[in-house]
Amino acid sequence: MKSILPVLTVIAAILLFWVVCVPPMNMHLVADQAQRDELVVTPETPAARQEVSGAGLALRNTHLIPLAYTFVRPRLPSPHQVAGEMYKTIIGQKITSKRSLVYHGWVTLAPTLLGFLIGTSLGILLAVGIVYSRVMDKSVMPWAIVSQTIPILALAPMIIVVLGSMGIQGLFPKSIIAAYLSFFPVVVGMVKGLRSPDAMQLDLLRTYNASKSQGFWALRLPASAPYLFASLKIGISASLVGTIVAELPTGARAGFGARMLVGDQYGQPLVSWAALFAAALTAAALVGLFSVIERITLKRMGMAAT
Amino acid sequence: MPTVAELAAKQLAPASRAAAATSAVITARNLDLTFQTNDGPVHALKDVNLDINKGDFVSFIGPSGCGKTTFLRCIAGLETPTAGDIAVNGMTPDEARRARAYGYVFQAAGLYPWRTIGGNIRLPLEIMGFDKAEQTKRVERVLDLVDLNGFDRKYPWQLSGGMQQRASIARALAFDADILLMDEPFGALDEIVRDHLNEQLLKLWARTEKTIGFVTHSIPEAVYLSTKIVVMSPRPGRISDVIDSPLPRERPLEIRDSPEFIEIAHRVRDGLRAGHSDDV
Ligand SMILES: Nc1ncnc2c1ncn2[C@@H]1O[C@H](COP(=O)(O)OP(=O)(O)OP(=O)(O)O)[C@@H](O)[C@H]1O
Ligand SMILES: [Mg+2]
Repeated sequence: MKSILPVLTVIAAILLFWVVCVPPMNMHLVADQAQRDELVVTPETPAARQEVSGAGLALRNTHLIPLAYTFVRPRLPSPHQVAGEMYKTIIGQKITSKRSLVYHGWVTLAPTLLGFLIGTSLGILLAVGIVYSRVMDKSVMPWAIVSQTIPILALAPMIIVVLGSMGIQGLFPKSIIAAYLSFFPVVVGMVKGLRSPDAMQLDLLRTYNASKSQGFWALRLPASAPYLFASLKIGISASLVGTIVAELPTGARAGFGARMLVGDQYGQPLVSWAALFAAALTAAALVGLFSVIERITLKRMGMAAT
Repeated sequence: MPTVAELAAKQLAPASRAAAATSAVITARNLDLTFQTNDGPVHALKDVNLDINKGDFVSFIGPSGCGKTTFLRCIAGLETPTAGDIAVNGMTPDEARRARAYGYVFQAAGLYPWRTIGGNIRLPLEIMGFDKAEQTKRVERVLDLVDLNGFDRKYPWQLSGGMQQRASIARALAFDADILLMDEPFGALDEIVRDHLNEQLLKLWARTEKTIGFVTHSIPEAVYLSTKIVVMSPRPGRISDVIDSPLPRERPLEIRDSPEFIEIAHRVRDGLRAGHSDDV
């Protein structure tokens, strides 16, 4: 609860910055339109206006500033326009409609969750291998790191195209990209977590003559829980980013990524912005969900972070 | 490729086995241990000879770095000596460890926070494959031994440091090994709690008739608890004196004011001084 005030302060600051930016960003478009509507505009010719910055134009045409906030096809929409568009497409549509953001959200969320599941499982398996096998420790980790240095924007279309040519389409290729981005934080976190028990705790198990698998289930795995949760929170948002990236270059018709692109290509910036914010809210909700599970689990395990 | 010394040691083994059968539970002969570190070799144990008999309470005392922990870990098979022989119950320490011949109590309680006290004590029992009913019975019994009845459902963070240490002793007792090795188990506790736990430990030792190896920095603690006090000195770590205590097994706390007690304490102190004289 203590964090509420700082969070609200930051949100207010961002909103203020946004609101201040709206008139200069849109002023050239607004001025052109105003001239067509036979309002007074200075300077009078579009060519002359091009010489003036957005901010300068706004200051010389203060009477047009209110129009900048309600412009139909703005370069930068105002907050209430985005909120209105989101309301219209989230609450105001049947969720089965192609115009509903809930529908598009599910199209993105499903591969995100599947990819996250694949990535997390793979990450945990690799981490166990790395911790228990010297060979894997030496061989897998460098490749895992290299895999993350390849720009996903370059890789995603290739994966989609290759899988597409093999007849695999829809949910699965997107999940692969999502898994590709989410396995890495899980590997790193789980390796650290599985190695977190100190020498004394490992010695204690040796005095019981415990087997490796007993040591894994009784000590290493539970001890890794705090690290796993930290990784899961990074992994789930990485999955969402991966899925959206996978939707961008492939002519996808549905999903947050597709909406962002469609809005851009068909001059409907509000559609892009609404999809952008819906995606951000989805990521926040997913991370928030994992935070809650983390808090409850770690508290029950007596490992609550203080 | 075994060296000549190792072959000789193998030949000697049956003899030490026979000795173990009579009374010595732990025997160390010419034990040497050198750690290879980045700053060069550290001679942690040099020519250590010791017999620990069944039912003994042996304390190891000496300045920091004299190899007390290292010796205890050698007995436990957690460290391998560079030379010499050590036998536990007539076996090598590693065999003894596999046979679960001892319980080991570390300086920190090291309870798993995600397990209850009962769950922590059950840990070795689960690993060793005791059945559920037997586990429950044993948990109850050792909780009684360390005077923690009714705490089995509590979590470690709900207990004081002293109680946690008692729980860790209970955990080491749960599988009922004949030998109990303790490395400064009460080092982090205050004097009053310590006195209390010492008294309890003596009672527990009398009730269970275990052989106990106990590392400490405190002279009164060593004298109060032990039937045999091993004084060690550093660089290289070696035994400088072994004192067989004339005190009776039954020891009220007041015994610490008796002349015999004070005399032994003096001898221990002299032994510690002698070990120090060369580098003060
Ligand atoms: N794993 C190790 N690697 C290298 N050197 C070690 C190792 N363990 C102990 N030593 C060294 O061996 C010597 C004896 O250490 P040990 O821990 O047995 O002393 P100690 O008597 O238990 O001391 P303290 O009273 O401080 O616990 C020390 O010089 C120590 O630095
Ligand atoms: Mg020590």
